[in-house]
Amino acid sequence: MASPVVIASGGANLASLCFALERLGYDAPVTEDADTIRSASHVILPGVGAARDAMVRLDRAGLTDVVRSLQQPVLGICLGMQLLFTGSDEDAAMCLGLIPGTARRFRDGPDAPVPHMGWNQLQIATESPLLAGIDDGAWAYFIHSYALPIGRYTCAETTYEHTFSSAVQHENFYGTQFHPERSANIGRRILANFLNL
Amino acid sequence: MGDILDLARRYRDEGADELVFYDITASPDERTVDRSWVNRVAEVLDIPFCVAGGIRSVEAAETVLNLGADKVSINTPALENPELIEQLAARFGSQCVVVGIDSSAEAGDYLVYQYTGDPEKSRSSQRRTTDWVQEVQERGAGEIVLNCMNQDGVRQGYDIDQLALVREICRVPLIASGGAGEMQHFLQVFEKARVDGALAATVFHSAAIAIPDLKRFLLTHDVVLRPPEQG
Repeated sequence: MASPVVIASGGANLASLCFALERLGYDAPVTEDADTIRSASHVILPGVGAARDAMVRLDRAGLTDVVRSLQQPVLGICLGMQLLFTGSDEDAAMCLGLIPGTARRFRDGPDAPVPHMGWNQLQIATESPLLAGIDDGAWAYFIHSYALPIGRYTCAETTYEHTFSSAVQHENFYGTQFHPERSANIGRRILANFLNL
Repeated sequence: MGDILDLARRYRDEGADELVFYDITASPDERTVDRSWVNRVAEVLDIPFCVAGGIRSVEAAETVLNLGADKVSINTPALENPELIEQLAARFGSQCVVVGIDSSAEAGDYLVYQYTGDPEKSRSSQRRTTDWVQEVQERGAGEIVLNCMNQDGVRQGYDIDQLALVREICRVPLIASGGAGEMQHFLQVFEKARVDGALAATVFHSAAIAIPDLKRFLLTHDVVLRPPEQG
């Protein structure tokens, strides 16, 4: 039986994601192998660090087109979600171009320090199976300096300095700007929803 | 070890928003430090956690982050080698880099202390707290934990004046530390110093304050936070 996989995107913190999947009963390999990724039931694209570095790593591993061509459910988390979009203002990076939009940096201010780091609320924008059972106002854990604007692919939005996309879906590509693996029971439910797709 | 895993589970279940672990097994040689406990903590936690203590190099931070910590916190090593902040931010991103500052009110000013883990060695670094807060942000710190030493352990409340002063110049998340004794103190620090978080140890360890009670108290006073029911 095909199992979910986590793409080894070089970010430091894959342990917490793998443990979260384990708690849901999945032993998901962390891999850069194109065949393993293509044959997986679900693909998770995590990401910590800078957009351009992450794209360079995907390119070097020969995975850019592999990810673009995936037909099974794909979940980008945090920077991984931003990578699904056209690009990021961070180092003017070009990303995978699967969803139109460009990640922009928060403007910092005394009442909105950057990075946006901590718990914040999700406002459900459109129905998505990813957010089944998640109430309006549910709390999730964020840690990021760049964010995607609201668009037609937004399923949940969150307000910090301005209102941005905190969860997105376009066809089989899903994304969460927050970290479900660090968002207690809410995050557990969202990961379970994804793995049940 | 069993103790910290039990504590981690307990605070997770009580609805803590984040945990900080102070590793007191500091050693000059990173290769001799056993940090496997970080991995066991990561296994049971579904909330973010930070590891503080003894992180003096990019390698040490990498070990801790790879084992599942979300952030590392540096204090004295940042004072000894301020470039470490830049190195960590460049390698892992500012969001992983917390700078802890031990600050003491002295002669009408606030001064940064170092080696505070050891009462014998604890001494002023001769740096003004406000200068250091500016510098660590310029160097890439993503969060500042300000431990107000005059208040620490005396449970008379957070140092609102000092925290409010630092808040004015702090553009990254600011966490208050030192002095929490009752629920009212948490309310004061959020309302008057506008900090992003409040850290406490003794009142939680001793069960003098239960986290769900504290959160409900703060919610009734209109502090915006994750309700305990969502733990």
